Amino acid sequence: MSTLVIQTAGISKRYRRGLQAAGGLRHALEDFLRSPVSTLRRKKKESFWALKDISLEVREGEVLGLIGRNGAGKTTLLKILSRITKPTTGWAEIHGRVGSLLEVGTGFHPELTGRENTYLSGAILGMVKSEITRKFDEIVAFAELEKFIDTPVKHYSSGMYVRLAFAVAAHLEPEILFVDEVLAVGDAAFQKKCLGKMSEVTRQGRTILFVSHNVAAVTRLCNRCILLESGRVLKDGATHEVMNAYLRSELATGAVREWNLEGAPGDCVVRLRAVRVHKVDGTVSEAFDIRQPIGIDVVFDVLEGGRDLTPNLHVFDQQGVNVFISHDVDPNWRRRPRPEGRYISTAWIPGNFLSEGSFLVGAAITTLAPTNVRLYERDAVAFQVIDSTDGDSARGDYAGPLPGVVRPLLKWETKYESSPTHHVAHFSVKEPWR
Amino acid sequence: MSSVTSNPTVVAPAAKLASESVCMRIEPPHGLFKLHLGELWAYRELLYFLVWRDVKVRYKQTAIGVVWVILQPLLTMLVATLFFGKLAKLPSQGLPYSVFCFAAVVPWSYFSNALTTATNVVVDNQRVITKVYFPRLILPFSAVFSGLVDFSIAFVVLLIFTIAHGIRPTLTILLLPFFLLLAILTALGVGLWLSALNALYRDVRYLIPFLVQFWTLASPVYYSSSMVPERFRWIYGLNPMAGVIDGFRWALTGRGQAPNSVLVASVAMVLLVVLGGLAFFNRMEGTIADRV
Repeated sequence: MSTLVIQTAGISKRYRRGLQAAGGLRHALEDFLRSPVSTLRRKKKESFWALKDISLEVREGEVLGLIGRNGAGKTTLLKILSRITKPTTGWAEIHGRVGSLLEVGTGFHPELTGRENTYLSGAILGMVKSEITRKFDEIVAFAELEKFIDTPVKHYSSGMYVRLAFAVAAHLEPEILFVDEVLAVGDAAFQKKCLGKMSEVTRQGRTILFVSHNVAAVTRLCNRCILLESGRVLKDGATHEVMNAYLRSELATGAVREWNLEGAPGDCVVRLRAVRVHKVDGTVSEAFDIRQPIGIDVVFDVLEGGRDLTPNLHVFDQQGVNVFISHDVDPNWRRRPRPEGRYISTAWIPGNFLSEGSFLVGAAITTLAPTNVRLYERDAVAFQVIDSTDGDSARGDYAGPLPGVVRPLLKWETKYESSPTHHVAHFSVKEPWR
Repeated sequence: MSSVTSNPTVVAPAAKLASESVCMRIEPPHGLFKLHLGELWAYRELLYFLVWRDVKVRYKQTAIGVVWVILQPLLTMLVATLFFGKLAKLPSQGLPYSVFCFAAVVPWSYFSNALTTATNVVVDNQRVITKVYFPRLILPFSAVFSGLVDFSIAFVVLLIFTIAHGIRPTLTILLLPFFLLLAILTALGVGLWLSALNALYRDVRYLIPFLVQFWTLASPVYYSSSMVPERFRWIYGLNPMAGVIDGFRWALTGRGQAPNSVLVASVAMVLLVVLGGLAFFNRMEGTIADRV
């Protein structure tokens, strides 16, 4: 077992609401002079705990993701561990050199040149001058700013600025690295480079604590995750497990929804009893690899037989875009009156079809001719599609964010001519359908 | 299986980290006087870089740049000489009024600039403070040190000016660094208090120009301290800058008010302010990132 590098015990942090003295000095003095006792007492009441009783252990080489909603305490925890602010109670011990990257470009001054800012920012992040000098060429090359290194950074484009800032931070070489959301900036190509640099860092056995809202980035980088909610640790474990719990709380709906007969949506003819999202082997899951098929079960009871009933699914993405609607076209039951009983209809969404992200599924059961929607349960279940950077999904070797509602893995072919004559060669680059 | 791919937990074989000894303990703030001077020393390069940044940035994108360093005290002295020297005919302890005044304006403008910069230093570096850790004490230190570069340039001009008026520096000039140190400590001490307060209440930012203005009048910059009635001298001496300005002028020219028992009161006062300021700043340090 590797060594313990971070240990915390009962870390709590209390903030006072309106700490910045809403009315200024005059107000504070006046309050205090009028009734010193009640002023002091009220402060206690107006406080809240941003973190409560956080005890955790991080071992060398772990890449730990901190996830949770806004205000869950992720950044506060990172700030305490990187000593920016002190805890109200509890303690932490950190073994090793710490680098914290809570912002890109900390300490940059617009009037100074790229070279000067490299030294300044490096010093602020904790490097010594000789170290910066030694790595200087490497930093500049990483940022791809050789030509502009003696230009004041105020003349830089925002992309150039971020590149230089990250390059400095990436060469910090700490044993323990705290990173907060910084990968959200910069252009896609550079993001890939940063992700590459970060995984290179982890391969060297360094420890990383990574805060992000970007579910995809956390899943890609971290092997362990901690889910914070209202300042407490809600779940701590392997990334995919914690991610499932997070998505369940985030989407306020999970991969399974079941109803008892009385409460079930529907009417006297048909009742919806359950909706489930599962893998090929039948295990229910919230998170799916983009390459794997996703099965959605619609379980319903027919109470009054003799009608054509068509289950259908409505899939929406995070932006509320209706990705598709699919009707049950199982030839065995199509245009055929259903007798009373329990039915389980399963729809399979193929792998390499949906894009990365969260999806909400609505389930409905309809009778046709005349069209009558017997039941429609909005947001019945939810699931998450995760695209890894293995290189065999549609993102290929590209690691940045990819928009698009669907992300099909297409067959690509290349025709190549060695010279613009008549000689033509055919060969395909990739044969995913093989 | 979801996709934890790019990073199998590869741990260096039997990893003994180079800095196994680097262990840091994070605890709630406690104690009034737990100065981490060792840490301050460890971060001396950052102090150097912050001072260097201040100096470098100060006159960027100005047409005449560093000439301002000379021009500012020189113009102040010329105007003061015209009004206080020629019109009001204030006594100047046997020195030409211009020399009398210039010898005070140079240390005084160092002090007032250092105090103003130090007061605003925490607020001005708010972004850095909330994003990265370093001993916060470095900030007020950097503020009072960065003014020393300007001071040195102005001092050379002052020295030439004095000699040009036929006043030869005497051995007393050896005591000059002592008075400079006293000025640095005064700016630092008061700056520690005000910078921490400024982080809480921005009122301080608006207060500081008045404070500097009143303090100028309460110090023997444009007039001689001998004009202050004898029975009020001891109160006057509680203003450490009174001792500093008198002493500086005396050390440079060998004339004027020599340091006396009042200086002892000044030194005691400075030490009190600095120690109190360190304690106060230290107390605020742990949570300053939340409050600023």
